[in-house]
Amino acid sequence: MAAVDRPVIKPRPVYLNLFAIRMPLPAVVSILHRASGALLFAVGIPLLLCTVQRALVSPEAWAQMRVALDMPFAKIVAVVLAWAFIHHLLAGIRHLLMDAHVGVELAGARRSAALTMVLAILLTLAIAVRLW
Amino acid sequence: MTPNRIVVGAHYGWRDWLVQRATAVLMALYTLLLLGLLLWFGGLDYAAWKGAFGNEAFRVATFVFMVALFWHAWVGVRNILMDYVKPVPVRLTLQVLVISALVGYAGWTIQVLWGVR
Repeated sequence: MAAVDRPVIKPRPVYLNLFAIRMPLPAVVSILHRASGALLFAVGIPLLLCTVQRALVSPEAWAQMRVALDMPFAKIVAVVLAWAFIHHLLAGIRHLLMDAHVGVELAGARRSAALTMVLAILLTLAIAVRLW
Repeated sequence: MTPNRIVVGAHYGWRDWLVQRATAVLMALYTLLLLGLLLWFGGLDYAAWKGAFGNEAFRVATFVFMVALFWHAWVGVRNILMDYVKPVPVRLTLQVLVISALVGYAGWTIQVLWGVR
């Protein structure tokens, strides 16, 4: 076949129904890395600045912050953000290790993905237990 | 092999890749510092909290962490926007909003760290 006869655009199947695709564990870690990052940006940064600023005003303001953090809703927000931070940090360390060619083969990547998920959940649970 | 191939593009991809990792390492080190301080002082009360932020070295370290955080957030959020927001006017608007927020946060950070109190 001459070069000019080749079709320019090959019809390729596009199949991106996220609810029908079975995501392997490394993909789950990856999308959660992204989601946790977005959450830390949208909620984490402004909340962090607010909290630090308020808690530095006076001992009374500090005490108020402690009381506020005792509310169930505040605890839930704190635990979710703690999970986002821990998952993002661990997934990031996994990324850096892979940059250094550690654990890039399939079995190792699956193991480190599982480790990231489990460790993030366990550490978050430990924080939740301390808060309640 | 074409060693003399012409490489086109804006060349910011590798720089952002490196920035994302350098800022990540800086933030991880600061996190270790915080954990170390917490363990050293065995918890956190108002006096220790106030004392930490009264220390110039801690303020500078915190500022470096926050700048790394804002830069890291920009690279990450821009990637998300480039992947999911296809209409260019919407994406540019969102990007400008994100940059504005991050610059504002940087100013807020300076105010918190070195503001009058």
